[in-house]
Amino acid sequence: MSAPPAYTQYHPRWYRTPVRTLWWLRRRSYLLFILRELSSVFVAWFVVFLLLLVHAVSRGNNEYQRFLHWASNPWVLLVNVVALAFVALHAVTWFDLTPKAIVVRLRGKRVPSAWIAGSSYLAWAAVSALVTWLVLGG
Amino acid sequence: MAKRPIEPFLWLLFTAGGVLAALFIPVLVFLFGVAFPLGWISAAGHDHLLAVLRNPVTRAVVFVLCLLALFHWAHRFRYTLYDGLQIKHLNGLINLVCYGGAIVGTVAAAYVLWQVP
Repeated sequence: MSAPPAYTQYHPRWYRTPVRTLWWLRRRSYLLFILRELSSVFVAWFVVFLLLLVHAVSRGNNEYQRFLHWASNPWVLLVNVVALAFVALHAVTWFDLTPKAIVVRLRGKRVPSAWIAGSSYLAWAAVSALVTWLVLGG
Repeated sequence: MAKRPIEPFLWLLFTAGGVLAALFIPVLVFLFGVAFPLGWISAAGHDHLLAVLRNPVTRAVVFVLCLLALFHWAHRFRYTLYDGLQIKHLNGLINLVCYGGAIVGTVAAAYVLWQVP
């Protein structure tokens, strides 16, 4: 740590009400915020799960069957059910926010936010259909 | 917080990862994590999945998905700890674990995808 710059020397100290550690339990909207942020943990879990799958598939059918067996272990299944709920929460909150992040103007008029959110959901449906089609064998 | 020119780049990775995670992950978790194990849908055959993975486009998409999803996690989880638990004094360690973990995961993804026969 370097010495604080001179211009803050006589700066008044801010009064900040201390925030409790569990502040996010106090309101539904705060809890939803922290749950949404926690969805990232399940995104990371999914990457691990996906890489284990790819690894098993590339090592042959026996390894792939062992992977499927492991995935049907009740604990792994439970983690994936919870993960599905969290990644769905992530997707819905993410797509609902797209109109806030992307402003599109057509002939000087702002495109209604419902259209932008709607096209995100359409893209989600299209990608999901494409992935299902690829995985299940076209 | 100190000025760090890398911060906007991290936000970019977070956003790109958020988009890809939202588009791709729910369907993949549903298929491989829930529907196949519960027998709702009979699991995809090995030969077919291997053929899909052999396609370089699939591997490129899986690699980019892993990379961006990991950096999305790193960035968001870092702020979850920062806001949710207010452990600001451990910032250095948290950054190391989050972004370091994302880098290690990306290297692992590259290795696993490289090994596909």
